[in-house]
Amino acid sequence: MIQPHPVRAPRALPRVWRRLLRNGLGLFGGVVVIVFVLLAAFAPLLAPYDPAEQFFDGLTLEGSPLPPDGRFLLGTDLLGRDLLSRLLYGARISLTIGLVANAAALLIGTLLGLLAGYFKGVVGGAIMRFTDVMMAFPALLLAIALSAILRPSLWIVALVIALVNWVQVARVVYAQVLALSENDFVTSAQALGARRGRILFKHLVPHVLPTMLVYGTLGISTTVLLEATLSFLGVGVQPPTPSWGGIISESQSFFFTAPWLVAFPGLAILITAVSFNLVGDALRDALDPRGR
Amino acid sequence: MLGYLASRLAQTVFVLLGVVTVAFLITNLIPADPARMLAGRQASEETVAGIRSQLGLDKPLYMQYGRYVGGLARGDLGRSYQQRTDIRTLLLSRLPATLQLTAGGIFFELLFGIPLGILAALYAGRALDKVVMVFAFLGVSAPQFALGLILLYVFAYRFALLPLGGYGTPQHLILPALTLAVTGAGWYARVMRGAMIETLQADYIRTGTAKGLARRRVVVKHALRNAVLPVIAMIGLDIGLLMGGVVVVESVFAWPGIGQLAWQAIQVLDIPVIMGTVLLTAFFIVLGNLLADLVYPLVDPRIRYG
Amino acid sequence: MKSLRTCVLGALLLFGAAGAQERGGSIVVTYKDDISTLDPAIGYDWQNFSIIKAMFSGLMDYEPGTAELVPNLATDYTVSDDGKTYTFTLREGVLFHNGRELTAEDVKYSLERTLDPATRSPGQGFYLGIEGAQAFVDGEADAVSGIRVPDPTTVEITLSEPSAPFLHLMALNFSFVVPQEEVERYGEDFGRNPVGTGAFKLREWQLGQRLVIERNPDYFHEGLPHLDEVIYEVGVEPTVALLRLQRGQADILGDGVPPAQFVSLTSNPANEQLIASGSQLQTGYLTLNTNVAPFDNVKVRRAVNMAVNKERVVQLINGRATPATQPLPPLMPGYDDAYTGYAYDPEGAKALLAEAGFPDGFATQLYATNTDPNPRIAQAIQQDLAAVGIDAELRTQAQSTVIAAGGEQGGAPMVWSGGMAWIADYPDPSNFYWPILSCSAATQGGWNWAWYCNEELDAQATAADAMVQPDQAEARVAAWRDIYAQVMDDAPWVPVFNETRYTVHSARLGGPEGAFVDPTHTPVDYEHVYVQ
Repeated sequence: MIQPHPVRAPRALPRVWRRLLRNGLGLFGGVVVIVFVLLAAFAPLLAPYDPAEQFFDGLTLEGSPLPPDGRFLLGTDLLGRDLLSRLLYGARISLTIGLVANAAALLIGTLLGLLAGYFKGVVGGAIMRFTDVMMAFPALLLAIALSAILRPSLWIVALVIALVNWVQVARVVYAQVLALSENDFVTSAQALGARRGRILFKHLVPHVLPTMLVYGTLGISTTVLLEATLSFLGVGVQPPTPSWGGIISESQSFFFTAPWLVAFPGLAILITAVSFNLVGDALRDALDPRGR
Repeated sequence: MLGYLASRLAQTVFVLLGVVTVAFLITNLIPADPARMLAGRQASEETVAGIRSQLGLDKPLYMQYGRYVGGLARGDLGRSYQQRTDIRTLLLSRLPATLQLTAGGIFFELLFGIPLGILAALYAGRALDKVVMVFAFLGVSAPQFALGLILLYVFAYRFALLPLGGYGTPQHLILPALTLAVTGAGWYARVMRGAMIETLQADYIRTGTAKGLARRRVVVKHALRNAVLPVIAMIGLDIGLLMGGVVVVESVFAWPGIGQLAWQAIQVLDIPVIMGTVLLTAFFIVLGNLLADLVYPLVDPRIRYG
Repeated sequence: MKSLRTCVLGALLLFGAAGAQERGGSIVVTYKDDISTLDPAIGYDWQNFSIIKAMFSGLMDYEPGTAELVPNLATDYTVSDDGKTYTFTLREGVLFHNGRELTAEDVKYSLERTLDPATRSPGQGFYLGIEGAQAFVDGEADAVSGIRVPDPTTVEITLSEPSAPFLHLMALNFSFVVPQEEVERYGEDFGRNPVGTGAFKLREWQLGQRLVIERNPDYFHEGLPHLDEVIYEVGVEPTVALLRLQRGQADILGDGVPPAQFVSLTSNPANEQLIASGSQLQTGYLTLNTNVAPFDNVKVRRAVNMAVNKERVVQLINGRATPATQPLPPLMPGYDDAYTGYAYDPEGAKALLAEAGFPDGFATQLYATNTDPNPRIAQAIQQDLAAVGIDAELRTQAQSTVIAAGGEQGGAPMVWSGGMAWIADYPDPSNFYWPILSCSAATQGGWNWAWYCNEELDAQATAADAMVQPDQAEARVAAWRDIYAQVMDDAPWVPVFNETRYTVHSARLGGPEGAFVDPTHTPVDYEHVYVQ
């Protein structure tokens, strides 16, 4: 996990844009993200076959998957389905969960972080002690156990990931709120008689927002990886919904004879995660007040 | 310092108790009956009820919780439902494998991360820096399970250079440790690069170079020493991260560690084993964080124990 | 053609065996997972079952390589005229691994230990038919009145009702004899420190790494076992295990052939002598919950039986099974060769669904465990069902969750049994009925996931099991054959396939024909194999 530096609200948005566009890697990441989003959105048009259709001639007589050829461009999976179509539809799952789960984690984390920072006393202490506990809880085991309780579906998987990922967000927000509340403009506003809740809303939220933007983008990368991992362990989205991690999981036992079944979805996960990381990193640099 | 340590230790105990509580609640929410899993297929309803009462599962939840925590206080982690073995024996038999894997992982992380970070810092802003950083990003973004399988395919299956998984010799450790390390290596490279650039810009280094000391000497003797400290402090946090994430690598490489034990226990709902593995992992995470917190002030005088 | 080749090969093996059958040698067996326990009252998975059999003995056993009962710790037994009382005469001079001589009291102690609720034995339910067992379990009696020891070499066991499968229970692990003093010495850890009367005794056990058992020099079967020791190495991935076997570093793959290597391994004629294949007492099936609409309609259940393409499911698992037509596997007495079951007929299924009032199909759920290949098999079934208009949502979850859902009335409309598929505890047709198809098993938390309850059939089954005299054996098998025919008529299951068992072993390992595919020993009968 890449920790974002605290960043301050930019006065001049155009300057941020300029900086973003100057960052070659970030730009590259952004383009790839857009391409993947388009691929996912237009999957029904682009996919050569129905991703769920198990072709009777999609397997050898002994039941082995077919390697890439003219008909199945990326080969078939262990049920004789077209891998390319499954990857394209799988992009929808990965990106949807990436966005939804991450948004939910941000929401929960920001809310609890703000609350803890605002009510510094008992409530704040309780919230932060709870985040301490959740920080120490092995995240993957937590996700696996939660998936066992809540029957996995797309939205439940998103929820599970959010329940695991909110913790760090809460801590970052909490730290920012604490730092900011000692800042001059907050104390002076308080001295001027403004109510604390109002101050929070008016001053703190806009200041926390850029950090969240960076965190949100980087977090999508983590989320996509976690979703794939859960699917790989068999506790992710339910089959036959195509999921990149799920494809690898299903193919694991045939890996040595059909390596393409791991290589292609693995590559898809890698490219997606890298792209969001590049964009997030570029955003952070662009929003960093210490930057050029 | 001592006071700080005492309060941090108290906090640690509190956090572990919290982890136990959360884990207890979650395992008891799972809609399956451990007594039923134990009773076998021929069992009558009475047999199952008998097992339930033998295990104390018929008691109210708070009493079961009290009994578990009471046992913990005496150092008793209970016994596995399935294997009947003492949890401590079970954990101790798996711990060496996981520790070995974690240590191997950290070794590779540092082996790749630090030199790459230094290289990038020395060529900051130039092409080499960009290339290294792209690799760092790739490492951070790589799905471990796919990477592990691909490494297995290339190095163990196609070219038969290393064993195909399993546990025992140093050769067995290489691929799993490498897989575990790829994410962290990217992360260390980034931190090392940042710290190195910062130190190189620090006044005393500039003075050193200005006074005519050879740049190489400055880099090696002063900058490196100062820049490596934050990385060392990070190792603490890293222990926790790796311990929490070994499930995947252990499953890909059939590595007989804590992660596999936890995964198998979840499959059959062996609650005492799940609790034990969660607690042990949490213990290492907390320990790692504590170490990091203790080391940070040593390396960064701006931070105080508070 | 194929059977001819097998015969020739078998003859060659036997012939070769005559000269090479020597004592001594050590073999390596590999497993991926840890061995859980070696306590015969507790161990209940295919992995520990065979090791326990090598270390402990029961009153009865099977003729090697067959499903035929023979006395073992007993030298002889008699059955009373009412079929309720069995009198076993014990073999004399049998020693436990600790040197003490076995007596009839040990047999009584061991059975009571399995019944004792404090033991939490998964086998307890098998022995509740012994007279007084229930009172003992309920704490109303200190001993089981139906188990008596008139003298140190005689055990009398009385049942509440005559029961033909009873002798099988005396060959089942849960009845194996353990020495009281050792059990009390180790308590809950007896499973890590097993002491029995079997062919092998424990030498060393490093948890999570290896287990070594060595020849018991005092074993009561003269000349057995052939091997000096068996080394179990755990934590070995099946793919690795196969490579090691090919390099001569392992002798038996405990986990069987890894799926990815199966095709290449079996298609290479050079490997022929390394692979023994045979049928096993297993059926993989799909349960249709008769308490859940629309599976309460027999026409719907029959339609589902016609909709599932079993050939394709078998293809998906690389032909490592044969399509099933009925609950019983082919090796089991009572299997009906003539019965062809429901043929794959999607059009017929659609017609039958329309007749049942579901011309447009319906929506339902299908449960399966989340470990390969079960999600794949469930998806294949799902597509077959979709083809006849049934929209089955998949729920692949951890085994414990699936078992819980199946045991909940109305909890799971359909369950794919794979991963928990029924492997017989003992080779008797009743074992496929009482625990998974009878009214008594259609209870909360039970294993009758179809919730099938036909009281008429229960009565017939009870009558069949009361045929205990040797001259009734054939009539009993016929009765069971008839019972399963009626079950299939009611169609609470879709029997999908019977797994074929493949045992891969090193070339140096020999044994009598059948030792490698023994129906009651997986992967092999350790007592009878030898190093050539």
